[in-house]
This record gives sequence, C-alpha cells and structure tokens, in this order.
Amino acid sequence: MSSLKRRLVLILLAATGVIWLCATGWIYASSRTELEHVLDTRLQEAARMVHSLVAGGNIAAAAAVAQAAGPPDAGYERQLSCQIWSLDGRLVAKSGGAPEEALAGPAEGFSERTVNGEPWRVYTILDPDKGVRVMVGDRIGLRDRLVRDLVAGLLAPVILIVPLLGLLIWISVGRGLAPLNAVAGDIAARDGEDMRPVAPAAAPAEIRPLLEAINGLFAKVEAALRQERDVTAFAAHELRTPLAGLKTQAQIALAAPDAPTREGALRHILVSVDRTTRLVRQLLALAKLEGTPAPPPEAAGETDAGALLRDIVRQTAKPEAIHVVVDETLDTVKLKGDREALHLMLRNLHENAIEHMAGGGSIAWGPCAGGLCVEDEGPGIHEDELPLVTRRFYRGRSRSGAGSGLGLTIATMAAARAGARLTLENRRDRGGLRASIVWQRGAA
Amino acid sequence: MRILVVEDDPILMDGLKVGLGLAGATVDDATTCADARAALAAARFDAVVLDVMLPDGSGLDVLAGLRMRGDATPVLLLTALDEAPDRVRGLDCGADDYLGKPFDLDELNARVRAIARRGHGRAGPLLKVGALVLDPATLAATLDGRSIALSRREFAVLSALMERPGVIRSRMEIEERLYGWQEEVESNAVEVHIHNLRAKVGRETIETVRGLGYRVRGPA
Repeated sequence: MSSLKRRLVLILLAATGVIWLCATGWIYASSRTELEHVLDTRLQEAARMVHSLVAGGNIAAAAAVAQAAGPPDAGYERQLSCQIWSLDGRLVAKSGGAPEEALAGPAEGFSERTVNGEPWRVYTILDPDKGVRVMVGDRIGLRDRLVRDLVAGLLAPVILIVPLLGLLIWISVGRGLAPLNAVAGDIAARDGEDMRPVAPAAAPAEIRPLLEAINGLFAKVEAALRQERDVTAFAAHELRTPLAGLKTQAQIALAAPDAPTREGALRHILVSVDRTTRLVRQLLALAKLEGTPAPPPEAAGETDAGALLRDIVRQTAKPEAIHVVVDETLDTVKLKGDREALHLMLRNLHENAIEHMAGGGSIAWGPCAGGLCVEDEGPGIHEDELPLVTRRFYRGRSRSGAGSGLGLTIATMAAARAGARLTLENRRDRGGLRASIVWQRGAA
Repeated sequence: MRILVVEDDPILMDGLKVGLGLAGATVDDATTCADARAALAAARFDAVVLDVMLPDGSGLDVLAGLRMRGDATPVLLLTALDEAPDRVRGLDCGADDYLGKPFDLDELNARVRAIARRGHGRAGPLLKVGALVLDPATLAATLDGRSIALSRREFAVLSALMERPGVIRSRMEIEERLYGWQEEVESNAVEVHIHNLRAKVGRETIETVRGLGYRVRGPA
C-alpha cells in the first residue's frame, strides 16, 4: 500500500470531517436562535392568553388554564409554567409543577432567573388595573434539551455515513492512483539494462513531469553506461593488441629458421615492451587523475617552467632527427598548480609532439599570453577532429603507430587540475600542431 | 596460399606477416578499411585475417560489404573484443571464424588453413592426387609414402595446382599465389619451380597446357 494513498484518504476524511463539524456548529447556532425566538413568542402568547382571561375577570378560568399547563414531565409536554400574582405579592394561581417561588422579578417583559436551582426564562405582564402580574416561564434546561435533540438527530446519520464515506474515498483514491501504480509496475519490472523511456503520453498530466525527469535520468545513465562500455572496449583493444603482437613475435623468435628473422622478432618485442610500458604508465596516470581529488589551490606551489621542461626533455627518448628548443624566457616563468599535474601535462604534450614527427623536425616550447605553448612540425590534426582528440582512446586519421590515444586526454585533465586550459590548434605558418596552456589569472 | 591481413598495429602486423609466411603463406597487408576494400576488390585471396577496430572504421563493415558483393572469400576476425555477443555479431556478419587477441600463432595458422580449405570446398586436411600427398599444416610432401623435400615456393606452386586437380592454372594465377604486392616477381620463376617440381614428383604429374598454363592430372 502506498503511503500517498493513505495520506490522501486521511486528508479527504479530515477535510470532510471538519466541514461536517462546521456545518453542525452552524446548524446548532442558527437552530438555537430560531428556537429561542419561537419559544419566546410562544411564551409571550401564552402570557397574553392567560392575561386576557384574567382581564376578563375570570381568574378561576385563568387558574384552570394555568393548571392545564400541567406538571413538568420528561417530555416536552407541559413545558410551560404559569403564575398569577396579585400586585401585593400574593400568589393568586399557578399551574401544576410551577414552583411556589416567584419566577420573575416585578418588571414587565422577558427575564431570566434561577428558581430552586433551575434556570427559567419568563415573560411577565403587569396589569395595574386588575392588580395582577401574569408570569409564564420556560425551563431553560428543557430548551437546551430540545436543541441538543435536534442536533443529535442531525448528527446520527453522520456517524453511520462516515465509515461508508471512508470506504468510498478509499476506493476512489485507489482508482485515481491506478496510473501511478501502472507506471511504477512498468519501471519495477525492468532489468538493469532496459533504459527505454517510460511512455509519458499515456500517463496523466500530473505525473508527466516526474516521468520526463525519470526519462531524462534514464538517458543520462544510458549514456554513462555506453561511455563506460566504450572505454572498456577501447582499453581492451589498446592492451590486447600489443600483447598479441608480443606473443606473436615471441613465437616467431622461438620458431625462426634463421638468425635475421629471430633478431627482427626480438627487436619488435623490445619496441612493443617499451610501448606497452608507456601505455600502462598512461593508464595508471589516467586512473590517478580520475581517482584522486585535486589538491586545494592554496596548497599548490609554484614551479619553474624552464627547469621542469628541461627535466622532461632529458627524460624522454627521441629520434636523432627531432630537435627540441626550450625558450630561455621560460626560466622566468613560474607555473602555478600541483607539480605532478604540471609534469604529467607537459610530458604528455612533449611525447605527443615526438610521436607525430616521424620525419624529424623541431619542437619549440615558448611563452605565450597567460601561459606557455609548444609547436611541432608534425602533420597537425584535421580540423573536424580537433574537438575529438582529447577523448579517451581517440586516435585521429593521421595516427602514429605508437600512440595510445590517451596522451592528449591526460594532458587536458592534468591541465584542468593545475588550474589551466589546454587549447589545440593547427599552425598557420606551416604544417604542425600548436598546443597552448593558459591560466585564467596568468601563469605566475 | 595467399592471405590478406588487415591490422593497424605495426608490430602485430609484422608478426602476422612473418608468422603466416613461415607457415607457407604469401601475405598482403592493409592497415585501414579503405586499403582492405581496395585490396579485396583487386585480387583474390585464399583467406582474410581481419581486425575489427581499424582507424577509419570497423572491420565488420568491410566484411559486410564483401558479403554483400557475394564474395565468399573466407574471413577470420581477429579482435580484442571477444565476449560472446561480439563473437556472435562477427559470425553473423559473415565471418567464418573468430579469434580473440592475444592468440596463439600456431592456432591462427591452423584456423586460417581450415577456413581456406573449406573455401576451396575440401574438408580433409591433406591434398591428395594419385600417390602424391601434401600436408599444408607441416609443409610436408610424400610420393608413394616416401617423403620428398620441397622448398616453400615449390610447395605453394604444387598445392595451388593440387587444390583443383584437372583444372588449368595460368602462370599469372600461380604467380599471384607466390608473391605479395611488395615482392619483385622474377620473370621465369614459375617455369623454374615447375621444372624443379617435375624432377621431384615425376614428369607426368604436372602437365603443361600450351598457351594456357599448367594442371595436375586428376586421378581419373
């Protein structure tokens, strides 16, 4: 059972109850006023009737009428009590059940008084000509009972109806929420792979925004899953292909019929081991960049750009035909950011440049506005591939044999960690790539 | 046996060329889908070893295009993706076999021989014509049970003729089986090999059909 259903039923029942209570209060108040008015009029009429008899000199008849008003009993019969007093304070006549004590004071008109502990509402007529005072009274207790019985009569069906109403509300709410349950059932019945959007068209308008949000989430999760699958597939390819090469070359070395074949195979094994080593290094760097949080900017020190670059150039093997120039002005440039990230970024850019210059040429590191840049004399990158090359394992059309498709990905991530932005563009002056690293607030 | 290898990793490619070559095959290489399509359109191969992830697309597309043209050249897919669904997709695309990286070179050779022989309509591993028997797996030849020593090229020429006994093979066809694109074809190489083979397996086994080529006489 959904708690939404319970809430709705409770809210509906409470609201109905409150409305009913208000209505009952209203009816109680208005019935009471109306009743008071009717009873007061009756009191007045009864008093006038008795008085008219007295006025006709027929005190005995008046006394009989008063008598007829009768003793009080449990019902509403003989509710009225009547007293006829002489002006000198003698009780001339009274109805049965009327108290001996005066029901009201000497004043004419309506009054209320407690006699023998019982509250009375009394109408008094004063007749100085005949020397009598006629008092007709109602027990207020009886009046109250009348109102109570009236309201009780109204409330009795409510007590019967409330459970029926509750049942009706319960069933209606259940039916009203059925589309929600249908959608929940649809989603619950899916396995982890099923990312088809839930059809919002069939759903009621109220839950459509929810469904659209869920569908949006589905799309995001599916994209993330696909991305993960792609990366896994690429990683498998990039790792297994060199392993296959190694194994094949090793088997050739073992089976080689002559020395040159064996030597060639062993040479290939050496190259392949170097390449695989670099791939593993890059995969680990990538895992580290993704897996550890960036150090806080204030903890990062400053690194001398020239010295760091010369370190990297010294550590990186390169063919004879490639010439590397590190501009001397870089010695005065201090780079902000995590030193490890800076090292990763510059090293991967440097290796990338070397990789793409099989034909030799020069690699130039120099300062540029807000940071530093490197220019190579390789084939550059096709314009349409420029936004793609920083993707994991993406290798452009002009790929080199040695590349893993990770270098520029690592450089971009490391640059972001060092608080900088890596921009790649083709050189305008000649063939080649220009990579610039720019800090928003300057390098130093 | 002439084989096209489509693979973009240079070291693996070298290994495949040398490894298949050691097993007696003539190997041509292609590193992209475009190269592979051009090669398949230009020449007939006994088998193709095809990588799936290539720089300019998927090897599966090359395979699908090949089958669409009605070309039945046997294809072995070679790929890093070797989960069951990948294998199923590859085979359903028209591949004859599937091998995951890294693989055993001997197994690759055996599988290539197997799909090539199926491609030629044979089920048995041995080539037999009369008393002459060739075993492509070991590059061994026997005549009346006696082993005869053949060079790799001689074996290739003889197996080309024995694959379809009685059918005439032109000199050009035999040359294609012997040399890859990058190799220099010696002008009278086929004649020299045929001459040497006749000395080893008997004059009458290989017949010259003047102006057309050569054939091995069928058992009939």
